[in-house]
Amino acid sequence: MNGTVSSPSSVAPGSLGSDHSAARPRYRAFSLERVGAMVLRYVYVLRSSWPRLLELMYWPLLQLLTWGFLQQYLGQQSLHQQSSVPGGALADGALGMTGRVLLGSVLLWEVLVRGQLGFNMSFLEEMWSRNMANLLISPLSRLEFVLSMLSMSVLRVLVSIVPITVLAIFFFDYNLWSLGVGLGAFFVNLMMTGWALAILTSGLVLRNGMGAEGLVWSMMFVLMPLCCVFYPVNVLPPFLQHVAWALPPTYVFEGMRLLSTQHLFRWDLMLQAFAINVVLLSLAAVAFSKLVDSARRTGSLMSIGE
Amino acid sequence: MNTSPRTDAVRALGLTKQYQAARAVDGISFSIPQGSITALLGGNGAGKTTTLGMLLGLILPTAGSVFLLGQDMSLDRHRVLHRINFQSPYVALPLSLTVRQNLRVFGKLYGVPRLGQRIEELAQELDLVDFLDRETGKISAGQKTRVALGKALINSPELLLLDEPTASLDPDTGDWIRTQLDSYRKARGATLLLASHNMLEVERLADDVIMMKSGRIVDRGAPAALIQKYGRETLEDVFLDVARGRGLAGASLAAEEKAETA
Repeated sequence: MNGTVSSPSSVAPGSLGSDHSAARPRYRAFSLERVGAMVLRYVYVLRSSWPRLLELMYWPLLQLLTWGFLQQYLGQQSLHQQSSVPGGALADGALGMTGRVLLGSVLLWEVLVRGQLGFNMSFLEEMWSRNMANLLISPLSRLEFVLSMLSMSVLRVLVSIVPITVLAIFFFDYNLWSLGVGLGAFFVNLMMTGWALAILTSGLVLRNGMGAEGLVWSMMFVLMPLCCVFYPVNVLPPFLQHVAWALPPTYVFEGMRLLSTQHLFRWDLMLQAFAINVVLLSLAAVAFSKLVDSARRTGSLMSIGE
Repeated sequence: MNTSPRTDAVRALGLTKQYQAARAVDGISFSIPQGSITALLGGNGAGKTTTLGMLLGLILPTAGSVFLLGQDMSLDRHRVLHRINFQSPYVALPLSLTVRQNLRVFGKLYGVPRLGQRIEELAQELDLVDFLDRETGKISAGQKTRVALGKALINSPELLLLDEPTASLDPDTGDWIRTQLDSYRKARGATLLLASHNMLEVERLADDVIMMKSGRIVDRGAPAALIQKYGRETLEDVFLDVARGRGLAGASLAAEEKAETA
């Protein structure tokens, strides 16, 4: 035994349930307390380890630095063109603006990725710690479990992205918050897409075990070229443009480019993205439920983490 | 045997689990009266864990039905889950949380009233006080088992399912855990169902033993009655008779050997 050991034999057996039996828990179909309990559990994990907290900001910070310096380089090139090419003002505007749009794209891409991983990390915590069976036999419902992970996703995104946006203002003179109300619409849509993917991948891991964990880390990046994060949709071949417009982030990144370059906020794009997100989330919820049922059929819930 | 779902804590009817070609559990039926301790006994692959998994709803039966505390588990298992709990050495608690944090989280999940008081009560009874604020990953195996028992008792369950509750514990701690379980049953009038390989544990704790082999129930009775029925001296000998397929023929042989020796 580690540390201080008191022999359990020295403690006389008592009445482990007698005093408490008068106040028994009651059945409630939905309980915010249970959602709160799970959020508390994940906050405890975050608080217990500073590397986990640091990890939240690590990748977004690296992305900001890489793309921020690229933006500065493009800005310098613009100045150089402006000074050396007659009538170079147009080129300056285009190149400089491209750099700024890239930085906005990177930050919004991070919202999308962190939104998904924020959910998946909470889910994987249960798999890694072999705690899933404890939760599945508790009164926690699937909806409450999912809601707790959605809450943690928002919390993780805020913790990881907000400081980075502040750093972007100070170091690269780029203010994401200047997108105003549009930023709120972008955020909601990106989070919804991230959640849909997170719910689906969580179901796949639950059904297929930790061998499917790689999907959690890689699936979003499969979508990256199709979401047109760094370039407009019309760059894609026509058949891929149809695929791109089926993905809500495409509307967000197109909307962000329009807002940044033309100061035009397209509500119609955001509403279309929202509608597709509702469909995706519904499909993900159905898939998750079916994957859990499938895991119950195959018996894989009994061997989670082994 | 009482078969009314109102008075039985557990009632399984024609429970079957088929995994492709293999039938892990083969149409078993049993009921367990409230306030009793029943052991599921059987060798590896006998179907004990699959049976526990189906009772808890972690495994979907291919056929059959389960009633826990009168509730049909196929219809709305969540109605009854707050009255049940489970402990297994193969299921762990989050290691980065302290013992108190783990108990607090599960207490909230089960909607335990006066949770702080309940945690203090469990800490005293299960001797967790010294490491209540230590990370669960930094305590010994025996201490972890006591914490897992604390989690399993946090909601004062009316029905407690245990999978090898004293596996990998030293005899002293194992005996202490058994004493606590028996004490809890008596104090609470709770029903305990345990799957175990530990014959001494079963002999000491269980009122009733369900013996399983190849997914079927091959015998059932009180430990003393089974020992007498098989003409053996210990439950372990009975287990070996059943596990090796000797059944009551082995018992006759044992009786003959005994007579010859005499």
